[in-house]
Amino acid sequence: MNPCSKAIALAVIATMVLAGCGDIRPPRTAYRDKPASAAATPPPAAVAASSAVAGSFVPPDHADIPEGPFGDVVRRGRDIFTNTGEHAAAYVGNGLSCGNCHLDAGRLADSAPLWGAYVRYPAYRSKTGSVNNFTERLQGCFVYSMNGKAPAADSPEMLALETYSFWMSQGAPVGTTLPGAGYPKDFKPPQPPDYARGKSVFQENCALCHGEAGQGQQVAGRYVFPPLWGSDSYNWGAGMHQLDNAAGFIKANMPLGRGGSLSDQQAWDVAMYMNSQERPQDPRYTGDLAETRKQFHDDPNSLYGLEIDGRVLGTNPSR
Amino acid sequence: MRGNTPLQLITLVLLVTLSAPSSAADPATIANQGAGAVVACASCHGKDGGGQASFPRLAGMNAAYLLKQMQDFASGSRDNAVMKPIADALSPEERSAMARYYADLPIPAPWIRPAEAPLPDTDPGARLAMRGAWEKGIPGCVQCHGPGGRGVGGVFPTIAAQPAGYLAAQLQAWKKGTRNNDPLELMRHLSRSLTEAEIKAVSAWFARQPAVAPEGGA
Repeated sequence: MNPCSKAIALAVIATMVLAGCGDIRPPRTAYRDKPASAAATPPPAAVAASSAVAGSFVPPDHADIPEGPFGDVVRRGRDIFTNTGEHAAAYVGNGLSCGNCHLDAGRLADSAPLWGAYVRYPAYRSKTGSVNNFTERLQGCFVYSMNGKAPAADSPEMLALETYSFWMSQGAPVGTTLPGAGYPKDFKPPQPPDYARGKSVFQENCALCHGEAGQGQQVAGRYVFPPLWGSDSYNWGAGMHQLDNAAGFIKANMPLGRGGSLSDQQAWDVAMYMNSQERPQDPRYTGDLAETRKQFHDDPNSLYGLEIDGRVLGTNPSR
Repeated sequence: MRGNTPLQLITLVLLVTLSAPSSAADPATIANQGAGAVVACASCHGKDGGGQASFPRLAGMNAAYLLKQMQDFASGSRDNAVMKPIADALSPEERSAMARYYADLPIPAPWIRPAEAPLPDTDPGARLAMRGAWEKGIPGCVQCHGPGGRGVGGVFPTIAAQPAGYLAAQLQAWKKGTRNNDPLELMRHLSRSLTEAEIKAVSAWFARQPAVAPEGGA
């Protein structure tokens, strides 16, 4: 190697190290639309980016899950995430999987990706009134969204889900809210959401897959299209029952494959229609609807305990 | 009672004569021998309804789906020069009868136990089928077409165990817009983002998936 090419090689290596690409396994610092420095080859996972949200974190690809014991637990976590009823049956009380609301196996920006959540904990949560770690946050998903019971912090299921989340978040900065984390929250409907309009939106855009009564569709005893309300859906304590969460998820991601096709108004209207239907009771129910609303649902984004379309929501919870 | 003119009588006789053969033909006869303008379905779709090359398997498909396709061939929302005159020539009753006939036909054994082994999970077609290409907003095929592509109801057809040539031709037709009968433009929208290599890979993957008999009947 002549001195000139040696210098170039050193410069390339230095650039790679500076760009964070000097390791054998490329660190996960890739952001969409922010290519790595010209001298460094972009890590392969950048090609398999998971989202179209500009500037959002790009999680590693499934194919990058390593062989060996660590990778085995990552894969187990992924399997629980995408088929929760089968792989964590003891903790699931409805027909949903984590992956129903966290698309692309928890990788998709604007679909509450795992990499967006993992780096934000521990955090104070108004829902619990205390600082919760990521384990406790996942346990909440099982209690409310899955209408089941929380796996113990040291259970194999929880370890697998945390390992999957950790693996996916490698290289993401800790303690930040990354672009694409959570659901889009920065938009409001031009008019207050409306039940009747929401019903029309539902019939025209949602019933095809989720059924006229929001019951979902099953094949061979398993849901292909998840139930949106009723006994097999999320309960009144789940984050998705909040209008802002539901509208954000719907706007960004529904109909599946046609995200962004509904107007802001349509997304809010249909979120209201969906969350004006009965579902399993909030596990925190005190025995008194008004009291439960006051304690846990004192929020304009919750319709629990309010009268909508002639029914007081939460009065006849699904069983 | 008003008297009929000779012309009206002749018209009536002609109409009866013309419509009689096809309305009288039973589905099995139409399928295997054809009737009038309707060529025998078996000549392209196979005697067992198993399909070949770019002609789909009909045996064991969902009846409501098959019926809608015939209606859409007739209306032109599914643009197909071969099927259009056939669908036009079939009466609504015949279309229903043909859909039922093929839905009830047993899935040919080679589709249930394909000679070629399924492609591995690392295959690019498998990736698209199972997980999608979310960087382009494309869900996994099975998210709507059900596990292994076995179909969901009358709207999301079975795409497992269909000839690869047929599947690829459909994705290309969605992409070009010559097939326009998808609800919510679901297929047209995503197909526009598919590359030729992806179309080929995912079609090959589903063609090797074993067929599963529809629920509620063998």
